[in-house]
Amino acid sequence: MMNKQAEGDQAAVHAHGLTVRRGTGRTPRTVIADIAFDVPRGRITGLLGPSGCGKSTLLRAIVATQAHVTGTLDVLGRPAGHPDLRSRIGYVTQAPSVYDDLTVRQNLDYFAAILDPGRAAAARRADAVHRAITDVDLTTRADALAGNLSGGQRSRVSLAVALLGTPELLVLDEPTVGLDPVLRRDLWNLFHDIAATRGATILVSSHVMDEAERCHDLLLMREGRILAQDTPDALRTRTHSATVEEAFLRLVDEANALLAQEQPR
Amino acid sequence: MNAARTAATAARVLRQLRHDPRSIALMILVPVLMLTLLRFVFDGSPRTFDSIGASLLGIFPLITMFLVTSIATLRERTSGTLERLLAMPLGKGDLIAGYALAFGAVAVVQSLLATGLALWALGLDVVGSPWLLLLVALLDALLGTALGLFVSAFAASEFQAVQFMPAVIFPQLLLCGLFAARSTMHPVLEGISDALPMSYAVDGMTQVLTHTDMTADFVRDVVIVAACAVLVLALGAATLRRRTP
Repeated sequence: MMNKQAEGDQAAVHAHGLTVRRGTGRTPRTVIADIAFDVPRGRITGLLGPSGCGKSTLLRAIVATQAHVTGTLDVLGRPAGHPDLRSRIGYVTQAPSVYDDLTVRQNLDYFAAILDPGRAAAARRADAVHRAITDVDLTTRADALAGNLSGGQRSRVSLAVALLGTPELLVLDEPTVGLDPVLRRDLWNLFHDIAATRGATILVSSHVMDEAERCHDLLLMREGRILAQDTPDALRTRTHSATVEEAFLRLVDEANALLAQEQPR
Repeated sequence: MNAARTAATAARVLRQLRHDPRSIALMILVPVLMLTLLRFVFDGSPRTFDSIGASLLGIFPLITMFLVTSIATLRERTSGTLERLLAMPLGKGDLIAGYALAFGAVAVVQSLLATGLALWALGLDVVGSPWLLLLVALLDALLGTALGLFVSAFAASEFQAVQFMPAVIFPQLLLCGLFAARSTMHPVLEGISDALPMSYAVDGMTQVLTHTDMTADFVRDVVIVAACAVLVLALGAATLRRRTP
């Protein structure tokens, strides 16, 4: 009982002194520099920041497909990269990673067989595949080749794959980029639905600031550092801003001013 | 390693191939057509056709599987599906064995057709058992798969991947004894050819061509080709990194 309680209180992702260097040469670039943050369980946390600020690298570190990660990074109570975590995390890369020469259903069948292998699990897999296709609203295109789908449809196939194993943590790298407004709204409704009904934690990155209003919590990131971690409301109130975008810009200005003070020319 | 995941991977690779009938046709038909062509090129000297034809029965599966595997795994790397798979509970061994199984199955069909046609329609004279020819062809296919998998790690694009074909396969082709007996080459080249796996693949075919029984040389050839395939597969597995640098 105590253990369960303790695990429930723990953040889904806990980072402390997290640094990531990239590149194989003699002088690797520091992409993420000594950051600390927590992603609360059962909520939607938005990771926002301009392109190239290290969002994707951070997400890769969390799903353990990133090398040269130092510092503390715990995911669902285990150190990132623990083999047990592989079936508990759903990860959607920025570019849709599905097989273009397979149909939607064949793609999902294959990934389902990797997550839940064996003949005994066939019925359970069929259910999971059916539900994932329904979740992303692709039932009418289930037997179309992924390569023949539109960009938005392909990224939904990619998302459906991540939904397969009913993951406790969903890590989504810019899932709504390039989608039309209706589809974006539908996807956000789906994210909220997943968080509310399945109790899953969702960490979603975006460089579009207006998506911030749809998240429960925000991590604002810039140049490999966390600028702020708060709810959208608190962030706006604290910076006396009308929108999260304005708040972000204000925080950037503050950080720059602070930097200028510390290092006078 | 997990048998169900390996089987699922092999089934998936074959399913991908099924959506690409033109590739299947090319893989199956090109060796058959080339052997037919060769038969009539050496219309006046059937002995030459026997020796070159038998060697080619081993070389075709190697080249085809090399090309197919290097492109297929490169696509897996560049499309992000490899990253996704390795973030899932899939062992590298499962993935590689899945590929080897799927392309091995294609190689069986290809070799059955090519060997059958060569022996019964084109009059290729083989003293030994056709099953041994098939065994060597299959091992060659496995070696091709292994080399393709390994090489795909060093190719950044499909354009580069196809360039590896002449770079990796042609030197072996020139030195394997197909054009000139290895013992008549410059001693340095003979030494190099001793170190290249295709030399043993072709030698194995020649053994079947000229001997009724399994000779000690044949067994050595088969073991060397198989060992090379396994070694290169292991090297290929090492190039499948779970983490991006």
